[in-house]
Amino acid sequence: MSPLLNLDQATLRFGGLTAVNAVDLSLPVGQLHGIIGPNGAGKTTLFNLITGVYAPSSGSLNFDGKNLAGLRPDQITALGIARTFQNIRLFPQLSVFDNVRVACNLHRATSPLHTLIRGAGFRADEEATAARVDELLALFNLERFRDKPATALPYGEQRRLEIVRALATRPRLLLLDEPAAGMNPSEKVELVRLIKEVHRRFELTILLVEHSMRVVMTLCERITVLDYGVKIAEGAPGEIQKDRKVIEAYLGEDHTNNSAHH
Amino acid sequence: MEFAQQLLNALSLGAIYALIALGFTMVYGVLRFINFAHSDVFMIGAVVGSLLGNYLPLGTWWSGLACLLAAMAVCALLGVIIERVAYRPLRAAPRLNVLITAIGVSLFIEYLFQNEHVFGAAPRPIPPVFPSVLWQWHGLSISSNQLIVIGVALLLVVALELIVYRTRIGTAMRAVSLNPRAAQLVGINPDVVVTFTFALGSALAGAGGVLYALNYQSVEPLMGVMPGLKAFVAAVLGGIGSIPGAALGGLLIGGIETFIGGSQFSTYKDAIAFALLILILLFRPTGLLGRRIPEKV
Amino acid sequence: MTPRRSGPPWPHLLLGGALLAAFLLTRWVTDPYANDVLTTIGINVILAVSLNLVNGYTGQFSLGHAGFMSVGAYLSATITLLLGPSILGEDGGAPWAQNALFCGGLLVGGLSAAAAGLLVGIPSLRLRGDYLAIVTLGFGEIIRVIFQNIEPLGGALGLNGIPNYTTVGWTFAIAALTVFVVVCLINSTYGRGFIATHDDEIAAEAMGLNTTRYKVVAFVVSAFFAGLAGGLYGHFKMSITAAGFDFTRSIEIVVMVILGGMGNTLGVILAAILLTLLPEVLRPIAEFRMILYALLLIVLMLLRPQGLFNFRRRPR
Repeated sequence: MSPLLNLDQATLRFGGLTAVNAVDLSLPVGQLHGIIGPNGAGKTTLFNLITGVYAPSSGSLNFDGKNLAGLRPDQITALGIARTFQNIRLFPQLSVFDNVRVACNLHRATSPLHTLIRGAGFRADEEATAARVDELLALFNLERFRDKPATALPYGEQRRLEIVRALATRPRLLLLDEPAAGMNPSEKVELVRLIKEVHRRFELTILLVEHSMRVVMTLCERITVLDYGVKIAEGAPGEIQKDRKVIEAYLGEDHTNNSAHH
Repeated sequence: MEFAQQLLNALSLGAIYALIALGFTMVYGVLRFINFAHSDVFMIGAVVGSLLGNYLPLGTWWSGLACLLAAMAVCALLGVIIERVAYRPLRAAPRLNVLITAIGVSLFIEYLFQNEHVFGAAPRPIPPVFPSVLWQWHGLSISSNQLIVIGVALLLVVALELIVYRTRIGTAMRAVSLNPRAAQLVGINPDVVVTFTFALGSALAGAGGVLYALNYQSVEPLMGVMPGLKAFVAAVLGGIGSIPGAALGGLLIGGIETFIGGSQFSTYKDAIAFALLILILLFRPTGLLGRRIPEKV
Repeated sequence: MTPRRSGPPWPHLLLGGALLAAFLLTRWVTDPYANDVLTTIGINVILAVSLNLVNGYTGQFSLGHAGFMSVGAYLSATITLLLGPSILGEDGGAPWAQNALFCGGLLVGGLSAAAAGLLVGIPSLRLRGDYLAIVTLGFGEIIRVIFQNIEPLGGALGLNGIPNYTTVGWTFAIAALTVFVVVCLINSTYGRGFIATHDDEIAAEAMGLNTTRYKVVAFVVSAFFAGLAGGLYGHFKMSITAAGFDFTRSIEIVVMVILGGMGNTLGVILAAILLTLLPEVLRPIAEFRMILYALLLIVLMLLRPQGLFNFRRRPR
């Protein structure tokens, strides 16, 4: 079966700096794939490349057989790729409910005229959307915050709200950028459970950037390791943990970090 | 000869635009915002020059220089005060709020000076403080004023270049412009750099104001608006944040305006700069000599 | 910050009520001074509420609203001046015919302004913050210079002898329509898209929102109503010049929006009323009016950036 996402020698240069260097990546439908690497390895930049924030300098990116190069971020989202952000980016002026509701706009064709007439069709569409948003919020235990401003939520809930908001765009591929950042161990356990649940229930393919080794190793079927924008290894979690190049570049320093965390 | 004459006129006009554009570009470099009030600092420079000129003997080099230096000093101080009072409290605020404040400061100065009790809306003459000679050379008429404008502008640009690249404070300015947080980590006090930047940029605008007023022989409260906007276009054309870019942009805008002004499209002169701005921003937003600043996601 | 509620329950009913009130106003207001003040209030409300769509809700910063107003003013006046004599005949025609002609003129003015908005918006809305401000300012100036150079439109002297069709009723009816359209748009997918674009453009795009399209919609709708306001203004003052729609005019509208609280329609309406009445009350110190406006901008940004009449949101 052809992969859902396929990167072929994807490269991004900023002047003299090559942030992403000839990266190959192939994601079959349904895979839960992790990307790890030291700080500044180009993980988030790779996400920005896939979601169209930057256009590739060379190489090709394909999603479901369609070339992503030259598409705007919103067009890429419309194809079925949604994301969360490392530094949470919710809409502060909108409520929790509206943060999710606005992400449904993509699949709603309202003309300005409809909003003026506010006829039966318009109202039915608004009600159906509201019902869907409420259902999503309930699924993630966020319904009690429904009418609160999004940025007034506790940190962990904001991270979950970002996932809900991304799901509202009806993605097939979900990109999670450090979803466990800033969480305590028990929150991380809860997050792993949640991502597994989302993966199963929404039949998603998930690409995940994460620093917490425990989260990546328990969640992902396959892991890609980046260092200085170059892919240095790819394999199952067990293989990656044994890979000499990875240990040199990354795990060596991170093992000491992690033992402090655990 | 017609062409050479136009070129000379273009050069002296462009030199003034370059002086103003430098202030825009330097402030943008360190703070990433357009200091709308810069045009009005330019106007105040002209006012200071004309007021002082009334008490000095006319047509001597030293009184001309005194006017220039006084205008530069007053404007430097004014720039620093504006930054301290209106912009510094908003350093962490959304960009839009700072922009609105800058517009507010600009309007405040303009309307304050238009008030009859302060200066009045009517143009006033500026006394000819510099020696004024008109040379005829192969059909080319060269006024001493034009040469003074070009000479002073050239001198100031060279001085600025030396300050920015050869002094400690200049290095700090460049560091803050490249990465404000890293600059702070290595012990650079951003407040000092910002204050210095405003003083320097405003002093250049002040000098530009006196020279411009001498060229057109009048001073009025709104005299800064159009040159200010055109100088801003010049800064964007050259690549905002780039010092040589601002100088180049100033000369180009001066050139374009002079040649359009001499053609059949002269009534569209004031619209051309804006049309140009729109074209640059659409097709080459980094300007001629600017560099791209990738946005952090 | 308290999030926005879903808006008034029966916008159509409110519109109907406002239109009825406008009709009654025309009957009751006979005093010429009251008529002038009320008409000016109505025009300013239209301008401020429509600009708020762009500068407030969508978080873009336009300094060219007066430019769109001038397009509406010139085009609608051209229609009534040009077609008036042939349609209405020697005697000036029946009131209903005059009103129909006026209505057509206003519509042409509004649509031309909207077209100008589209022309300006598509290229410039890719720009951010202060650049957009200066580009819209530039477009306003370009429009002004173009009108000054069109001799059939009076050149620098402007258009004179425009028929006095604007009434308090017309003005209030169109003001009510403006508020209605803006409120309806805000309480729909569009409004949420505008606000999301304002809050975080990158996140909005990642959620599948075509932010450029939202900005253009806001810009075009805003320009349309500025055009209507321009049409009303021309048929109220009976003479217009391009210089009358300069940068200062744009700033006055911006001050109303900021004073009322960007993204707060009710506050902006109150601010438009207040800033129209204030100069009437403060005639003795009229020369200080613009100085006060400028100070107001600075002080508001320093102390109360959410505006005077915004009680729902805490400052950011």
